[in-house]
Amino acid sequence: MTDQKLEQIVGNLLRTGVTAAAAVVLAGGAWYVTTAGAGIADYRRFRPETAGLHSVFALPGPQMVILLGLLLLIITPVARVAFALVAFALERDWAYVGITLAVLAVLLYSIGVG
Amino acid sequence: MNVLEFSGVVFAVSATAGCLGSLTGLGGGVIITPVLTLLLGVDLHFAMGATLVSVIATSSGAAAAYVREGFSNVRVGMFLEIATTAGALTGAHLVSAVPVSALAIIFGTVLLYSAWQSMKAPPRDKEPRPDPLAARLKLNGVYPGRQGMIAYGVSRVKTGFGLMFGAGLLSGLLGIGSGAMKVIAMDQVMRVPFKVSTTTSNFMIGVTAAASAGVYLRRGYINAGLAMPVMLGVLCGSLAGARMLMGARVLVLRRLFALVIGALAVEMIYSSLTGGFR
Repeated sequence: MTDQKLEQIVGNLLRTGVTAAAAVVLAGGAWYVTTAGAGIADYRRFRPETAGLHSVFALPGPQMVILLGLLLLIITPVARVAFALVAFALERDWAYVGITLAVLAVLLYSIGVG
Repeated sequence: MNVLEFSGVVFAVSATAGCLGSLTGLGGGVIITPVLTLLLGVDLHFAMGATLVSVIATSSGAAAAYVREGFSNVRVGMFLEIATTAGALTGAHLVSAVPVSALAIIFGTVLLYSAWQSMKAPPRDKEPRPDPLAARLKLNGVYPGRQGMIAYGVSRVKTGFGLMFGAGLLSGLLGIGSGAMKVIAMDQVMRVPFKVSTTTSNFMIGVTAAASAGVYLRRGYINAGLAMPVMLGVLCGSLAGARMLMGARVLVLRRLFALVIGALAVEMIYSSLTGGFR
C-alpha cells in the first residue's frame, strides 16, 4: 500500500467518524435545548458533572447523548493512529510500527487510566 | 442569558475559532478559551474542557480534508507524537496542582512568544542543513504546490522532538492543542514548509488532546451543555477553513497566524495582571 492510498483511507475514516459524532451531538443538543433551552446558562462556578467514563451513563438523557457523541469524536484520532499502525505493518515498515505502537499505548493508557 | 441564546453565541464564536484554527494549525483553543472565560464568564476548568473538545473537532474536521489532498506528513506527525503525548500526559496530571492565574500568565507568555516568532519567516536564503536522521526516519516528503508536487527535507530532528515534548506539556496543562508551539517547531526549527507544518500540527493536536480526554472526563471539565455548541460550531468552521487553506498564500497564512496569537497574548496577560481571573 502506498502512502497516498493510505492517506485517502485515513481521510475517509476521519470523515465517517466526525460525521457520526456530529450527528449524535446534534441529536443530543436538540434534545437538550428543547428541555433546558429556557433555563439560565450559568457556568461561573465549577460543578463537575462527570467523574470518569462510567459516570457518563448516570447523566440526564440529553447530556448523556451529547457526551456519547463527544466520546465518538475523541475516539476518531485514536482510530486514526490504530489504522496507521495497521498500514505501517502492511508496508513492513517496522520502525514506524514501533513508533505508532508507542503512541497508541500512551493514548490508550491515558484514556483508560487517566 | 438563557441556554438557547448562550448556545447560539458559543456556536458562532466556535465556528470562527474552528475556521481560524484549521487555517493556522492552532486548533481554535486560543480563541475559545479567552472568549469563554473573559467575555462569557465561564469557569476556566469548564472552558478548558470545551477547548479540548474544540481542538479534537478542529483536528478531525480539518484533517479529513487535508489528508486526502496530501498536505500533512503522517510520518512526521507520528514520530513527533511520541514526544507530545508523553508531554500531554505529564501536563494533564500536573494541572490540578497549578493555580489558575499562573496558568493564564503562562498561556499569555507562550502566545506572545509565538506571535513574535512567527512574524518573521525563517531565513530561506541559506539552504538548511538536511538532517541525516530525517532521511533514516523517512521524514522527508512532498506536498502539492501550484505546479505539481514539491519535495522538501526536514532539519534538526532532535531539537524539534524536544520542543514537541514542551508543546505536549502545555497542551495537558492548558487544555489547548498548543498548535502554536508545534507549528513554530516544525516551521522555524525543522524547516518544514508552512502549509505542511500547519496541517501536520492539525493532525497532531487531535491525538495529543485525545490523550488528555480521559483525565478531563474524570475531573468533570467536560460539560455537555457547553461542549455541544463548541463542538458543532468548530466542526463547521474547520471544514470551511480547510477549504480556504488549499489556495491561500503562505504569507497571508503566516500573518494571520501571528495576528491571532499576538492579539490573544496581550489580552490574556492583561487580564491576568489586572486580576481578571478568579
